[in-house]
Amino acid sequence: MYYRENGQFKSSYRADQQVFPIRQDRAFILGLVAVAVFVVPFAASNYFLQAILIPFLILSLAAIGLNILVGYCGQISIGSGAFMAVGAYAAWNFGARIPEMPLLFQILLGGVFATLVGVAFGIPSLRIRGLYLAVTTLAAQFFVDWAFLRIPYFTNYSSSGNVSVPPLEFFGMPVQTPAQRYVFVLGFVVVFAMLAKNLVRGAIGRQWMAIRDMDVAAAVIGIRPVYAKLTAFAVSSFIIGVAGALWAYIHLGSWEPLAFDLNRSLQLLFIVIIGGLGSIVGSFFGAAFMVLLPVLLTNIPHMLGLSLAVDTASHIEHMVFGALIVFFLIVEPHGLARLWSIGKEKMRIWPFPH
Amino acid sequence: MGFFIETVIGGLMSGMLYALVALGFVLIFKASGVFNFAQGAMVLVAALAMARFSEWIPGWLGVDSKLLGNVLAFIVCAVFMWLIAVLIERYALRYLVNQEGTTLLMATIGISYFLDGIGQTLFGSSVYSIDVGMPKDPAFLFDSVFEGGVLVSLEDLTAAAVAAVLVAVLAFFFQYTSVGRALRAVADDHQAAQSIGIPLNRIWVVVWTVAGLVALVAGIVWGSKYGVQFTLSTAALRALPVVILGGLTSVPGAIIGGLIIGVGEKLSEVYLGPYVGGGIEIWFAYVLALVFLLFRPQGLFGEKIIDRV
Repeated sequence: MYYRENGQFKSSYRADQQVFPIRQDRAFILGLVAVAVFVVPFAASNYFLQAILIPFLILSLAAIGLNILVGYCGQISIGSGAFMAVGAYAAWNFGARIPEMPLLFQILLGGVFATLVGVAFGIPSLRIRGLYLAVTTLAAQFFVDWAFLRIPYFTNYSSSGNVSVPPLEFFGMPVQTPAQRYVFVLGFVVVFAMLAKNLVRGAIGRQWMAIRDMDVAAAVIGIRPVYAKLTAFAVSSFIIGVAGALWAYIHLGSWEPLAFDLNRSLQLLFIVIIGGLGSIVGSFFGAAFMVLLPVLLTNIPHMLGLSLAVDTASHIEHMVFGALIVFFLIVEPHGLARLWSIGKEKMRIWPFPH
Repeated sequence: MGFFIETVIGGLMSGMLYALVALGFVLIFKASGVFNFAQGAMVLVAALAMARFSEWIPGWLGVDSKLLGNVLAFIVCAVFMWLIAVLIERYALRYLVNQEGTTLLMATIGISYFLDGIGQTLFGSSVYSIDVGMPKDPAFLFDSVFEGGVLVSLEDLTAAAVAAVLVAVLAFFFQYTSVGRALRAVADDHQAAQSIGIPLNRIWVVVWTVAGLVALVAGIVWGSKYGVQFTLSTAALRALPVVILGGLTSVPGAIIGGLIIGVGEKLSEVYLGPYVGGGIEIWFAYVLALVFLLFRPQGLFGEKIIDRV
């Protein structure tokens, strides 16, 4: 009844091509961002901010990056954890070696280095695809894990191998309390989500999708596969690298290479599948799911009065995730994002379906 | 010289283990076109099952003999792997027929998580040992050829013999039994096989069971050498570059690829490792496979099914 586009006439191409052409959508998103910026930091408890909202936002950002590669360009990657690690360590190295460099530049430079590594490991995609590409990205994962573990230069010769960040500040403003960290991350996520949304709507995004759907046909109509694939790798690794730097700086604070191992890569892949391949909003749904499910799984037995050992709980978590992946691939290959758009379609005609 | 040969032999032995795991990949890929990421998890589950059943069964049945206990445990584990194959086919693969390769890959990643979880929930997650009575003593070979001879563990030799027997049995099964012939038909062309009345679903169960049994053997050999624990699942992932190297569709390729990777890994670790900080075993196989993919995407012995971009 309230969610419909009746009476919203577009009189220019500009108006017709907005990101959110329906007024209610615009209002909803603006309201959501306003609540997230002005209400949540003051209303939410520190636990909620630190354990749920910050990981959720950073994982969403990483998932957006991976979604560009897997969902939009169709190049499967099991090595996104490696690109996160590159972003994190590059940012940290700039911070440690050039202490006067502003935080924002450290994080963005982390993204730039992740881009370089991502493009380097994306080069095989010009000759191979599908399953074979998965194995080469796995090579990136293991190689990067090893490099940060064994090459002491990257950790600035720290004896234990794990590194930690100094107190953060953003152009003079401290980024210390959970609320400040949350707002800092939120800024990145909003900017990059809009950026990604606009990229995939534009010419380059259409090229990626053409390559995904059928690369030979795309080449025939004049899309350069080399350019399209490498830009997908570059944009995707940049976003994942920035997310990695944020994960390390804001969420972890001090970390070792294990924080970005194969499990992180698979986790991101699961977020993208559950959320919806080829959907920016799906990345948020998937990340929310991934962050909330473990919380639920540890709390539900507690509420029912059962005591579950920690390791059993983590094994059950494994089982639930595994089963859900298969379930989603069978029942709803387009993930939660598809359910969301079905819901919106239903809303449009509700309550008079005829 | 003796040290070099020892390194090579050590590499061949660990290569044998990779080859055993890779064999499971190749079997499933040939028959159903599924790139089975879960093979490592299957090895883990099989090894865990074997470790625990061989511990439990003598207690349940009051069997004293270790041999009998192990044989019974092996049979129970084989049934267990068959059950897993049936469940995977019934609840996952059946609905994913004719999907793209990457979708199937992601499904097997899900299956791999599920198996990791259920295996450790059922059988516990500590470190277990498997004792099937493989000889543990080292032996010296080629004493007469050069001084000091070459140190070889009898356990490794037994493992190699087991692998050789397994490959022979598989070759026989594929060449001379009617089920094997049906499997080869399905591998060649799904639709043609279906049109002459070969039931695809049943064939898949058979293939996954065979892959499960191969995983069981690999798990037993690996587990009795290094112990059974969670890392087995990740270590088995190193069989992925093996199949890339050997070719996705070739059984001999899996064996030879495994041996090449095993030897290459050990040699590079011993001779290159000290210069770059050691531990390069972790990625050596993958990078080798990556370089290989750039020049010969179908692997050493694979068919040219890969479509060039």
